[in-house]
Amino acid sequence: MTMKQLLSATALAALPAGALFAQDLPPCENCADSITAVSWGGAYQTSQIKAYAEPYTALTGTTFTWDESSNEAVAKLRAQSEAGNITWDLVDVEGPDSQRLCDEGLAMEVDHDEILAAGDDGSAPTDDFSDSVINDCFIPQIVFSTTFGYRTDVSAWNGNEPDNLCALFDLETFPGKRSLEKRPKKNIEWALLCDGVAKDELYDVLSTPEGLERALAKLDTIKSETIWWSAGAETPQRLADGEVVMGSTYNGRLFSLIVEQNQPVKMLWDWQVFDFDGWVIPADLPEDRLNRVLHFLHFATDTQRLADQAKYISYGPARASSQPLVSTHADLGIEMAPHMPTNPENQKNYLVNNIEWWADNQDDVEARFQAWLAQ
Amino acid sequence: MSQMDLPPYATPGQRIWHYTFLVICGLIFFFLIAPILVIIPLSFNAEDFFTFTPKMLALDPEGYSLKHYRDFFTNPSWQQALWNSVKIAPAATVIAVTLGTLAAIGLSQDHVPFRRAIMAILISPMIVPLIISAAGMYFFYSRIGLQGTYLGVVLAHAALGIPFVIITVTATLVGFDRSLTRAAASLGANPVTTFFKVQMPLILPGVISGGLFAFITSFDEVVVVLFVGSANQQTLPWQMFTGLREQISPTILAVATILVVISIALLTTVELLRRRSERLRGLSPG
Amino acid sequence: MSDATSTGPMLAADGTPLKRSLNRALRAQKLRALMLIAPLLVFILVTFIAPITDMLFRSVENQIVSDTLPRTTRALEGWDHNSGELPSEDVFAALTYDLVAAAERKDHTRLGTRLNYETTGMSSIFRKTGRRIDDFGETYMDQFAEATPDLAAPETWVTVMADPGWRADYAAWEAARAAARETGRDFDRPPPLFRLKNGVADILPEAADVYAEFARIAQVENGDNPAEEEPWAPVYLALYRDLMHVGPGAIERLDDASRATLAPAHDAVAGFQSERLADLYLDADKGWGEPAIWSTIQAFSSNYTPGYFLASVDLRQTADGVAMQDEDRRIYIMLFERTLFMSLAIMGACILLGYPIAFLLANLPLRTSNVLLILVLLPFWTSLLVRTSSWKVLLQQQGVINDVLVWIGLVDNANRLVMINNQFGTIVAMTHILLPFMILPLYSVMKTIPPTYVRAAKSLGASNWTAFWRVYFPQSVPGIGAGCILVFILAIGYYITPELVGGTTGTFISNRIAYHISSSLNWGLAAALGSILLAVVLLLYWIYDRIVGIDNVSLG
Repeated sequence: MTMKQLLSATALAALPAGALFAQDLPPCENCADSITAVSWGGAYQTSQIKAYAEPYTALTGTTFTWDESSNEAVAKLRAQSEAGNITWDLVDVEGPDSQRLCDEGLAMEVDHDEILAAGDDGSAPTDDFSDSVINDCFIPQIVFSTTFGYRTDVSAWNGNEPDNLCALFDLETFPGKRSLEKRPKKNIEWALLCDGVAKDELYDVLSTPEGLERALAKLDTIKSETIWWSAGAETPQRLADGEVVMGSTYNGRLFSLIVEQNQPVKMLWDWQVFDFDGWVIPADLPEDRLNRVLHFLHFATDTQRLADQAKYISYGPARASSQPLVSTHADLGIEMAPHMPTNPENQKNYLVNNIEWWADNQDDVEARFQAWLAQ
Repeated sequence: MSQMDLPPYATPGQRIWHYTFLVICGLIFFFLIAPILVIIPLSFNAEDFFTFTPKMLALDPEGYSLKHYRDFFTNPSWQQALWNSVKIAPAATVIAVTLGTLAAIGLSQDHVPFRRAIMAILISPMIVPLIISAAGMYFFYSRIGLQGTYLGVVLAHAALGIPFVIITVTATLVGFDRSLTRAAASLGANPVTTFFKVQMPLILPGVISGGLFAFITSFDEVVVVLFVGSANQQTLPWQMFTGLREQISPTILAVATILVVISIALLTTVELLRRRSERLRGLSPG
Repeated sequence: MSDATSTGPMLAADGTPLKRSLNRALRAQKLRALMLIAPLLVFILVTFIAPITDMLFRSVENQIVSDTLPRTTRALEGWDHNSGELPSEDVFAALTYDLVAAAERKDHTRLGTRLNYETTGMSSIFRKTGRRIDDFGETYMDQFAEATPDLAAPETWVTVMADPGWRADYAAWEAARAAARETGRDFDRPPPLFRLKNGVADILPEAADVYAEFARIAQVENGDNPAEEEPWAPVYLALYRDLMHVGPGAIERLDDASRATLAPAHDAVAGFQSERLADLYLDADKGWGEPAIWSTIQAFSSNYTPGYFLASVDLRQTADGVAMQDEDRRIYIMLFERTLFMSLAIMGACILLGYPIAFLLANLPLRTSNVLLILVLLPFWTSLLVRTSSWKVLLQQQGVINDVLVWIGLVDNANRLVMINNQFGTIVAMTHILLPFMILPLYSVMKTIPPTYVRAAKSLGASNWTAFWRVYFPQSVPGIGAGCILVFILAIGYYITPELVGGTTGTFISNRIAYHISSSLNWGLAAALGSILLAVVLLLYWIYDRIVGIDNVSLG
């Protein structure tokens, strides 16, 4: 028995009962022994480490290096590919970014049914993941929502509490600073919804030259009261510090702020934007690193692993077969299902980004939005 | 008698102005120092906030704790960052000091052709805005495969530290008495012996303080490492930068306090060296 | 003393003329100095100067358009953008061949993004069209398949187009690979790259050109054998267009095997139902109907462009010359102005705060001033991030300063001051960070001003103020100049502090450069903005060198 095997065997013994055993995992031939994974940092990355990376390391001895660069993934992958020196093995990105990486040939196209594990119920991966497979490069992990949190102790609100999204634009009833993402996506959709545009017509209106200006005009009404964020943890931090009274962020971040850290903050499930997050593999990886990544992905996206991730953060697994396995929070022991974006209670009024529209118009809208922001 | 003492015959107006001036200066010193000192008590905060809690203001021991320090010393990502900084900064310093000292000695000779132009090029890393250096290195190092490697970060940091070495060593060489080396040579010492036995001990203070500047440049550098480095080369400043933008953790303040203590130590060293150098060169009575 | 020596040159001890001997010594001295400097100079040139020069080149590079659309840019040369008419079918055909190859190589979205910097809408046009481009020519593909079923088989195309020598090479390579597989050896030799048959390009220029592109992409991008892959629909479009143009005589000149396939095809094409390419494009995106789109491609077809520099000053290049940027996209002049204004404000604040301190330090006894100097140097030696984070702690709405103001009752709890994420925050934090760079040069100048001058002025009856203003102050001006340029140079290129405390209104041009590098991926514009900033800084650096001398910079 080699040292490595010994180590992984002892690590395995420490795993809780019901965990996976080494014999379930096929051996990895001609595989690198480390993975450089790119993710978003914070609680989300921690959940990935706990649910996927640590068990995998225990079974195979593979070491992980994490890079918190997901929000600059497209730029950095492009620079790496221009230089012909790909240093990343696996990149966690949002749906629209994966589209862009796939379009530019920076991410590898995969055959989902071939490389991923079948569901526990025997369903084929493409059926099990169904809608979340948004393009040929994207290997889905979670469903998340971008939604709003607000402080519950704002004296200037005279006891009122927001009950819908458009409170965001109501400076009279709900004065105070807002925290919004420094990107047009989601913000312009919300602005139009609160300006009276129906959900079905949203992207038709946005496709007209006046549509975008109308959204920006609506955002103009709160521009002076807005602090812009670029990292998902900024809004929770500002809410906790009392720097803002309400703000948009990912539902998992709000969950940890409210439930784990007990801050006087509440979350709004209204017009939250439904989105997918998942892995892409950089194109043109050397064979041994690619083999390792594929071996890891097969493990990390199976039914049990995706359900395990929900123990650490309130994002819904992208596999249908994982849903029934979602259990309780790893430390607090509370039921996680009610906090998931996939919970029917939370899905009364929601929005899905039109990924194709965004892929086509991103460059224009982004340029206009950034100019608007600077003016 | 110092200029700042009031003469006994000063008018009341002059007195008022004199004390007002001292108060203004006091306030400016406060402005300089307070921001650095304010983080020290906050780093002992028992809560995860960036603000003073009522318990802290009441000087209740329960309001204070060492937990952020504990976090710094146990959290793997902070430890990795510390380790990376400790690896990168000395390597960059050694390169900067070796090449920089040689060049400064060369520049201090008489009759150096293109002296002004060469000097301008060597000092330029200090002058060019960091974002431009960082962007240029990002693209160029990517192209030659140095982006995301330790070597790349070390080379980049060495380049940024070199102007400091050049400046401090050149400054010590200005007061260097050339007849000493001539005396050594006429007594039969070869150039290498002359350099190590005569020149080096005299310019050593300049070399060391240049080295400290180069070290702190690398140890404190964030823009270039963000671009030239990758996950494996995350340094302390990098970790602090992401921390400031992202995590709700006053561990940053604990790290900041540690860095302030290190700065004070380094500053004292430089000050002692400067005095020693001046004493050796007979520039000040000591 | 002989005559010879008295009239001849003076000699050194070894008998050589003294002048030459001295010259040699001087040369040796110069050489030795240069040898000492050389390693560092080379180091800086490679690790620092080369990267910056390389980046400056990016600001004018524009090969992407002509590399991605080589045929289109050539075909567009003859098009008059002022005619108000769309380009001819030939241009549309050229664009089809370019786009299908680009879409296959996944370059078309990048090109669309590039052209979108110049004209809004380009990105979405290229993306939408890229999704459909492999259908363009499908009508002909079907009609050929019906008229000459041979042409539906990939093998036929290789027979017609490929150089027999290449086919032999390819077969040999395949055999070698099979042999290697059998014995389990590694085999990483690349296959021989597709070569066209001699003469086929003269008879079928478009079809040969597009087929060769297809075959090479099949090999390089997908690792396929061209003989097993069905050509793209646009290849059939090219064949159709060629066959419509050539006479039967040209077909006769082909080799037997090709003639057997192409002669019946040539007879059939006249009867094909044809389709206007322009309609296909308009159907994919109606944007193609706007001459502005085409004139942008035309205007940016050269390998180098001033476009990024124009964009950095809110101008844009059009086919008719330089024009103002659309009003809602004009921000760079404003950002440069803001950067200048804020840098000046920071510089001014540094003079106001630095002058009294330097004056105090210069006029105190050495022992006291050395102690106080440490208070100046400590911030200088403290991590930039530490100082920025402490300003964050101080300036927040729930921060220390607001808490104090509320506590002493100056500010109402509900109306706490907003001092961060705006210009105020940036100016305060940066003044603090740069203040030592003002105090140190001022101090070193003031130390050299003899106190006797002021005393002399006073003894001659000058008031305190006059003595200061007319005698002391003018002598301290060089220090102010040095400090100002130093502070200004450092301020104008700042990035980290504005990024963390500046919000949207308190950011500098550097922040925009970083945004273009890591978010919008407009590297050319980032390089152009960077070049302008660099030019300003170098100009100031030159002035500083003139006034102060770079070797006189003191570091405390």
